[in-house]
Amino acid sequence: MDDIALRAERVSKVFGQSRVLDDVSFELRRGEVLCLAGENGCGKSTLIKILNGVYTPEAGAAFSFGDAEAVSRITPRHARALGIHVIWQDLALFPHLSVAENIVFDDYVASPFRPLSRRAARQEAREVIERLGVPLDPDTRVEDLSIARRQLVAICRVLRAGARIVFMDEPTASLTRNEVQTLLEITRSLSAQGISIVFVSHRLSEVLAVCQRVTVLRNGALVGTYPTEGMTQTRLSQLMTGRELTLTPRHAACSGEPVLELRHLSRTGEFEDVSLTLHRGEILGLTGLLGAGRTELAHVLFGMNRPTGGELLKNGKPLTLRSNRDAIRNGIAHVSEDRLHLGLVQNQSINMNTAVTVLDELEKPRGFLSPRRLRELTAEWIRRLGTKVNDAELAVSSLSGGNQQRIVLAKWLATRPEVLILDCPTVGVDVGAKAGIFDIIRQLADEGMSIILISDEAGEIWMNSDRVVVLKAGRVSRELTPNAITEASLEEIINA
Amino acid sequence: MSAASAPRRAFRPGAESLEIGIMALLLVASVSFFAVMAPGFLSAVNVRSMAVQLPELGLLSLAMLVPIISGGLNLAVTFTANIAGLTTAWLVQNALGDTGVLGIVAGIAAGLGVGSAAGLLIGVIVARVGAHPILVSLGAMIFFQGLGEFLTRGGGISGMPAGFQWLGSGSLIGIPIPMLIFLLSAGGLAYFMQFTRTGFSIHMIGSNLRATEYSGIDVRRVLIVLYTLSGLLAAIAGMVMLARFNSVRVGHGESYLLITVLACFLAGANPFGGFGRVLPLVLGLMSLQVIASGMNLMGASQHLATAVWGAFLIVVMTLRMPFLKRS
Repeated sequence: MDDIALRAERVSKVFGQSRVLDDVSFELRRGEVLCLAGENGCGKSTLIKILNGVYTPEAGAAFSFGDAEAVSRITPRHARALGIHVIWQDLALFPHLSVAENIVFDDYVASPFRPLSRRAARQEAREVIERLGVPLDPDTRVEDLSIARRQLVAICRVLRAGARIVFMDEPTASLTRNEVQTLLEITRSLSAQGISIVFVSHRLSEVLAVCQRVTVLRNGALVGTYPTEGMTQTRLSQLMTGRELTLTPRHAACSGEPVLELRHLSRTGEFEDVSLTLHRGEILGLTGLLGAGRTELAHVLFGMNRPTGGELLKNGKPLTLRSNRDAIRNGIAHVSEDRLHLGLVQNQSINMNTAVTVLDELEKPRGFLSPRRLRELTAEWIRRLGTKVNDAELAVSSLSGGNQQRIVLAKWLATRPEVLILDCPTVGVDVGAKAGIFDIIRQLADEGMSIILISDEAGEIWMNSDRVVVLKAGRVSRELTPNAITEASLEEIINA
Repeated sequence: MSAASAPRRAFRPGAESLEIGIMALLLVASVSFFAVMAPGFLSAVNVRSMAVQLPELGLLSLAMLVPIISGGLNLAVTFTANIAGLTTAWLVQNALGDTGVLGIVAGIAAGLGVGSAAGLLIGVIVARVGAHPILVSLGAMIFFQGLGEFLTRGGGISGMPAGFQWLGSGSLIGIPIPMLIFLLSAGGLAYFMQFTRTGFSIHMIGSNLRATEYSGIDVRRVLIVLYTLSGLLAAIAGMVMLARFNSVRVGHGESYLLITVLACFLAGANPFGGFGRVLPLVLGLMSLQVIASGMNLMGASQHLATAVWGAFLIVVMTLRMPFLKRS
């Protein structure tokens, strides 16, 4: 196993005043799947760009490939010759071109004036597609493909270009669980063909499933490289953040009175016959595979969609929701899984995003919305949720994922809800910031708020729920208490 | 862990206070230029004539600004002004002819009502059908044009009572009435956009309608209100035009349509919605008027002034880009 595909030593990089990479060493074996892990801003991307020839490292670095002589930097030409390729998160495909044209695109670049035969392109693309064993039609336009299929096109493209070392940047970020499984299998088969793969992902469970080793960076420095065998998610996040995350499982027995009751609630084509009771001060974990009806159920509970059957009771009284305004008036708040498009108005200020749910209260007397009161409200919530904000007049998009999520929480907590529905509240949030978000959620429950926590990360659900309901194909398949099972068995139940 | 206290600032997003600076600078620059170059530019006669000419385009631009902030457009503003003016003129001349001031007031109320109803119609369609405002208001524009031409048989209505004409030519405390109407409307609109729930929501809708709806804002109601308001402002413009020319005809002021869009973008309104302010628009309109009048005094053709307006937008846009990128 000492067959080294790429070795980098003493790699540093300085941008202006800040040292983003400090004396990092990196080693990739032939045919292995290595994970590059670390929080946002730890230097992962910079390292990839140096290894790919985009950035020049500071003097003193040394790069070697197998038996070849060491060099002090990798040029883009060098990277090409060595078969180093990066599949960025945005995939960099041409949506208006066909699958085949995308795959053979490098030929267009290599000889811009030579006419290319469509038939030859299709033939060559088909060979690569067959080699990878994936279901792609060379004639489909890339814009008509799902994200998962587009990713396969990107992989075919680098294979065709003779890739020997492939960096994959957050490849699973927008895939469903099944698609992730397919991708992981393809990754394994590539490595069996002798191609080395560097996998960058925030989802620790995938990292541990597919990678043989994991290299951890923190604040631009190397923490170490570890075999994934025997590594746990908790240990890995500790290495990434450098902090002992002191989250202990919650598992509090809950005896509060029922707040929200669902009786045989259905919505045709989305979920069916769901009966649940949410108690005061309880965190109810709602999980299941993507498409099991979790998000759809949340939308009905928030009044965005009408149920087609069954009934909803709030504090024992029947509740009909005609819109989400009805839900808000009845003390129900909803943190959307889609923070970018639905959770926040990204271009508008932090102040406006926090206040948007309570304009009625701020406009007193009628006809005068006091900017001073609006700022005070935001400042109060920023303080209470420990949000890092320099200037609340700036666009909310200027904040990090974790701080944006705190603003989403703030805008809903400002409505003083009794029931808080959280749909994947830690999507796009750093490992370290996740713990902070859950601290807030647990505290809210302790103060008597009833919380529905939706997530597909078994660890999150297991750690933070008093009770767990597993949905499957739109129906309740299991209801259990976390202290009766282990995290691993919950994962199995979800995937079963 | 800073920011326990919110920063105190007079204006909402920082980029928008920049716009006020740019527009003020532009106004000062154009006034200074023509004060030196054009003889009689600062004379009382010229200043007064500028103050009388500005309000028509100004009020129509206000009517355009509100939909632009909401991420839409109201292409029907000029024809809304026409049908509002026609309504008032017809009522005052025929039904209310002998009732004096009361008749004029009732006629104006009816004209403003028709203008608001025209806006309401657009708003309801945009809100209920969800079609793009450009399509809806384009349809409405052609509809109002055709309807107006049909009812007037392509002609116009002229000859308003003296009391009504005073609205176009009179003065109060030294300020021409049209200017007064424009400034009051602009002030009212600025307050509405900045200090009411609906004004707040119009900005939010302009940036992201769905996220605003998810936050519990009744976006349909807001859309209906904002297009009705746009119609009302257009109708006020129609009243001023009727009073000043003592006549009204379908198609009157038609050439203002794209100039109102230009004025809004010149003043830094975001073409994609969410941002735009009244004060820079007022200052920008004043600059446009100064350029037109100044060039007129220097003997240049009216058409050349229009060309300068267009060039102006491109120059200001170019100068503005680096600031926007930085902030």
